[in-house]
Formats: sequence, structure tokens, C-alpha cells
Amino acid sequence: MEAYLDNSATTRCEKQVADLVTTVMLKDYGNPSSMHKKGMEAEQYVKESSRQIAKTLKVKEKEIIFTSGGTESDNQALLGVALANQRAGKHIITTQVEHAAIHAPLAVLEEAGFEVTKLPVGRDGVICLDQLAEELREDTILVSIMHVNNEVGSIQPIEEAAKLVKERAPKAYFHVDAIQSYGKFKVSPKQMGVDLLSVSGHKIHGPKGVGFLYVNEKVKIKPIIFGGGQQSGMRSGTENVPGIAGLGLACQMAYENLAEKQKHLFKLKERFCRGLLELEDVKINGTWQETAPQIVSGSFVGVRSEVLLHALEDKQIYVSAGSACSSNKPSPSKTLLAMKVPKEELVSTIRFSFSHHTTWEELEYTLQVLREVLPTLRRYTRH
Amino acid sequence: MYKAFLIKYGEIGVKGKNRYLFEDALVNHIRYVLEDVEGEFLVRKEQGRIFVETEGEYDYQETIEALKRVFGIVGICPVVQMEDNGFEDFAAQTVAYLDQAYPNKNFSFKVKARRARKNYPLDSMEINTELGSKIVEAFPEIKVDVHHPDVEVQVEIREKIYVYSQTIKGAGGMPLGTNGKAMLLLSGGIDSPVAGYMIAKRGVKIDAVYFHAPPYTSDRAKQKVVDLAKIVSRYAGSMRLFVVNFTEIQLAIYDKCPHDELTIIMRRYMMKIAQYLAKENKCLGLITGESIGQVASQTLQSLAATNEVCTMPVYRPLISFDKQEIIDVSEQIGTFETSIQPFEDCCTIFVAKHPVTKPNVNIIKRSEENLQEVIDDLMRQAIESVEVIEI
Repeated sequence: MEAYLDNSATTRCEKQVADLVTTVMLKDYGNPSSMHKKGMEAEQYVKESSRQIAKTLKVKEKEIIFTSGGTESDNQALLGVALANQRAGKHIITTQVEHAAIHAPLAVLEEAGFEVTKLPVGRDGVICLDQLAEELREDTILVSIMHVNNEVGSIQPIEEAAKLVKERAPKAYFHVDAIQSYGKFKVSPKQMGVDLLSVSGHKIHGPKGVGFLYVNEKVKIKPIIFGGGQQSGMRSGTENVPGIAGLGLACQMAYENLAEKQKHLFKLKERFCRGLLELEDVKINGTWQETAPQIVSGSFVGVRSEVLLHALEDKQIYVSAGSACSSNKPSPSKTLLAMKVPKEELVSTIRFSFSHHTTWEELEYTLQVLREVLPTLRRYTRH
Repeated sequence: MYKAFLIKYGEIGVKGKNRYLFEDALVNHIRYVLEDVEGEFLVRKEQGRIFVETEGEYDYQETIEALKRVFGIVGICPVVQMEDNGFEDFAAQTVAYLDQAYPNKNFSFKVKARRARKNYPLDSMEINTELGSKIVEAFPEIKVDVHHPDVEVQVEIREKIYVYSQTIKGAGGMPLGTNGKAMLLLSGGIDSPVAGYMIAKRGVKIDAVYFHAPPYTSDRAKQKVVDLAKIVSRYAGSMRLFVVNFTEIQLAIYDKCPHDELTIIMRRYMMKIAQYLAKENKCLGLITGESIGQVASQTLQSLAATNEVCTMPVYRPLISFDKQEIIDVSEQIGTFETSIQPFEDCCTIFVAKHPVTKPNVNIIKRSEENLQEVIDDLMRQAIESVEVIEI
């Protein structure tokens, strides 16, 4: 049996999405900027994708910018807003548990003279709203908080944070990295008070190399990629039409039968967590009853996470140690450090992440394998 | 400008009656490395010289880089080749060549001719003088200096005429395969690829053995070793990489032997397996990247304890190298970047905090007696399940 439990790293593309991508690549391969019929046909795919996405968010089509994925969306949001609004102020607020796609561009802005405040989180991985309120200032121009954390699944209080931002820092825009929450939760930026929102295609059974950034039409923002002026000058470069078409369909499909999928995921997670907690010396990071239904972060004290990862891999179970996007370099996870997870738990943390395609049989199999391998792995450790 | 290269080789020149074997090996290896270079090449032997001639377009820089990886070559001379259309034409072409090769005329020179075709109208001395004056005539600013010239214009009169003045330093060493084959113990680290390179440089063909320990080491660690083997094979030619699953043996040692002796005992079994594979594959020795005192398992006592299981010679070319010296070579041959990728190898996973640094062979042997019941089976399984990767 195979169990792919690394869906927060990436997902398998839906068949219908892959078919659509193929059709666009082989048949409707025009450049949307071309004046002939083939160009117009290609343009229709881009428009249709905007329409599909805008509908899931309840926003306008022109508020969607297609990007090369989550990292570019985050970079565009932060750098673009900072560049366009630096006269209004140079203070930016974020959290200690963001993805590197947030922290790295902010480091660049810090070098350029911006001041960045990183809010700490509690043991549950969630920020404290009072602390946010305290840090918001007259010259705060941007607040960026992730919706669902990629490593432990903690959910930040986005709506409440948005209210505070509007009250205390009227000049500030509110950006949300929704890469792990879009498609799993209803996300409506306008209702939540979110001005910019990043999404990645391949986390929701769409293609890799494509994503989008929602930008409220009132936001002052500058492009970070320049050239032929595509996408109203906001993102130059020939549109990735196959990817964009696939992304639109994947977004639409993600929100079909959402309630059912959520129920399925919650049920899976509850059973899986109860199973995990029956094993010896296992801790679950964050308050599992309150974290996102598709992510379980477990610490298996006494076993190094890479070793457990490879032992599971040997049984065709695929998981992450820490966060997959950064785990090629073994460095302690920033999120777990910020949550003050003790070292012995930190180095033994494994992330299981599900998709609505995950079945209970796969999880039951995983629990069974864990029961078998943990005692052996614990017997052989480094001194 | 250059349509040919004259290949200079060193030590093979003195190999007496076996010389042709060495030259043929060199020609073969030159052909092998040039397979990947853009262009058509003809490699031929002619009266104690090896020429690489090109036909049509080729990439000069890439060709030089490839030739610099061939062991046995001490110098590569880019050569201008010309038909013999009389002295005047030869002199004019030589002047044109120097003009192009040395845009800055601020140098001294001398001409050094060799007349392999004895019916050429001028003898060597005459060529030296005549050609020298033509050059001075063309570039009055440059001077002749017969003792310490900046540039030596070398001329060889054969069927065609060859002119060259630059010698690019080659890798040195001996042509590949002229000195048998040895088995390299290849880990993912910095040292072992360098050790393999250095022994290969002496004309030794190489096979390699890697010990992996899933799930304690990952497929990426194994891939890294494959990548390293590929880089070494750019110099050492094709090789076979034997991948041995070492997990069960390691766990048995962990269970039954004192933990501070783990590394030594482990290395002894690695040597035994490597030696077995070496014999099976007609290797005449083992190669390791050990260097005295680098880590606990490389003190003289530890080396002696490890060596005690070997009946085959173990070649340790880095034995007296400092770490930085090893790093310098690894950077030069291009293995460093790959070696420092952070994947755990099986030598470190169970390493004790305070391993023994002065192991006593008798005590180690006594500890190994605890393995008596299982070790033969485990060794056999490890050898039977070996994976062979052709590099």
C-alpha cells in the first residue's frame, strides 16, 4: 500500500486539470497578446480562469494577478506594496512563523531601510491579538499574516486581525498568505478585510509553476517584474496559459462540495490523532482540535525525524520532516522554535498532511507501520 | 586558428618495449574524453608524438578542458598546421600566427626547429636563423633571446609543417588502465573522491564501493555518491559503483559491541566487504581517503586496527595531507560542491560521543567475538544484495 501524506508540500494534479493543461499546450497554444484568432482563443482561457477564481473568492476578475506560484505572489505583495507606499511609512508587521517566501523579501526590505516587526506565537502557534494591537502604528504600511501555518496547521485569527489593522493603522494594507488554507476553507477577502492574498496552484491539485495574488483594486502597489506589460502591466511576461487554465479549473474544483470534504478531513484527522496519541511518547504540535484539518505535526521523541521519514518511505509512506520547502538543508524549523517546542521534540517532528483524496485505510496503514517501526528505531540511537 | 593539438607525455617516454601499450592507452582515453566534446576529432600516433586533429567546427575551450583531464598528458600544445608550399609561405604563415597569438609584441623569442623529414631543404639550424630573421623583420619591436626567451616558437617539419609556441599544462600521471585496477571506498565526504582521483592519476582504473544504511541514510545521500562517482569518472573513466546495504551489520554491532568501539568495528567490516568485492572484480588493492589524525578513526592506532583485517594492499594517498590541502584538490577536480551537501552518511549516524582513539586490536577482536553467531550470515546477505551501478 502507498500513502502519500505530504499534500502540504504538493499534491497530485487532478486528471481533468492535467487534461485541460495538455489541450492548451497541444491545441490552443496561442499567445494571448497575438492579434490573430489563436491569440484570442488563448486569452479566453486566461479570462475564464480569472472568472473561476474570482467566483471562489467573491471578488472582481481584474483583482486577480497570475504569478509563477506562492513564492512570487508573496514577493509581489510585500515588495510591491512597500515600494508603492514607502512615503506613507516604513513599518511592516508580520509573524515569526511565516514561510521563507515572506521572511526573505522582508529581509531585503529591512536592508533597504524598512522596519519589520515579527510577532511571536504561543505554544499553540497562534499570535496574540493584543500584541498585534500594540505593535500597530501610524506609519505601519503593511501587515502580513499567514492564514494556516504550513508546518503545524495553526490557524491565525485573520478577521480579528484585519479589524485591528483597519482601526489602528488606517494606512496599512493587510496581506494574507493563504497558500495552505485556500481550497480547504472558505476564503472571502472582502468579508474578512484582507487586501492582498497569495495562493499557489500545486497545493490544491493544480499545476506547479502557477499561482495568483488577489489585490484589492484600491491597493496602491507596484509591479516587481517588468517587460511587455501583460496583465495590465502588473506582471509582465507571456501568460502561462496552460498553467493558468489549469489553475482556474483546480480552484473551481477545490470549492466543489467543500463542506463534505471538510467533514471528511476533520474525521480523518480526529481518528488519526487519537491513533497517534495511543502510541508511546508521541506529542502533537499545536492544539490539534483547533488546527487545520489537513495537517498533523507529530513529535516522536527519541527518533530523529529524517530517520523516521526514511523508515516510512521504505513502506511507501511519504511525509515531511519539518517543512518540505526548506528541509533540504537540515536546520531547525523556525515555526517550531517560535512555538518553543523543546529540542528533543523539535528534531523528531514529522508532518503528515492530507488531501480530500486521502483515505482512512492509508492512515490506518500508517499507524500500523508506526507501531511496528518506532520501537526498533528507538532502540538504536546516537549517544 | 588551431586545427590540431600536439600532446606531450612524460613518463611513458621511458617505458622501453612496453611503450606502445602506454601510448595506446593514452590515445584511447583521449578519444574517450573527446566523445563528449562538440566537434570531430582524429587522434593518431606519429613517431613518438600524439596528435589530436580536428575537422570542421569545434569548441576550443571545451577541447582543452577535456584534454586537461587526461592522465598521462603533461602538456597540450595548440598547433598551427600548414602544407609545405616552400619556405616563404611557411614563414609568412608563421608570422601571421604570431601576430594573432600575441597581440602585444612586448616579448623576446627564439625559434626551435625539429626536422623529422630529412629531405627538407633547410636543416634545423638554418630554419632557426632564417625564420628568426623573418619574424624580426615583421615585428621589429620584438627581440631574439636564445637563452631565456619569453616565447619559444617550435617548428616541426614532417609531411606537414607544425608550428606552436604554447604549452598548456596537462594533468600529468600515467594513462588510465596501465596500472591495473583498485577498489575505492567512496563515502559522501570530501576525502574519498580525492583519493580515488589521485590513485587513478597513476594509471589505475577504479571501481568503487559505497555503504548505505537505510533508513538512517537517505536515497539523496546515495545519489550524492553516484554524483561524486560521475565527477571522478570524468578523469578516471567509466567505473562500477557497488552499493552495499550495511544497516543490519551496523545494528548488530550496536547491539552486541561496546559503543565507543562502534566506528572501528564498523570500518573493519567495511574493509572486509570491500576486499571481498575487490577480489571478485579483479582489483589489486583498496583505496581510502584516510589521513592521519583527521578523526578518531584515523589515528595510527585506529588505522592499524582497521588495516589488520586487510590482506590486500590499502592505498591511502591522502595519508599526510592536511584538510585544506585535500579541499584544494577537491575544488580543483570539481567534487567539493557535491561533497559538502549535507546528507548524513553511515559513518556518522551512530557515532559515539567519545569513541576510542587508541583502540587495541586484541580488545577489538574480543568485542567482535560477540558477533560470531550472526556476522557471517549478515556479511553474506550484504554481499549478495549488493547493487551495481555502472558509472
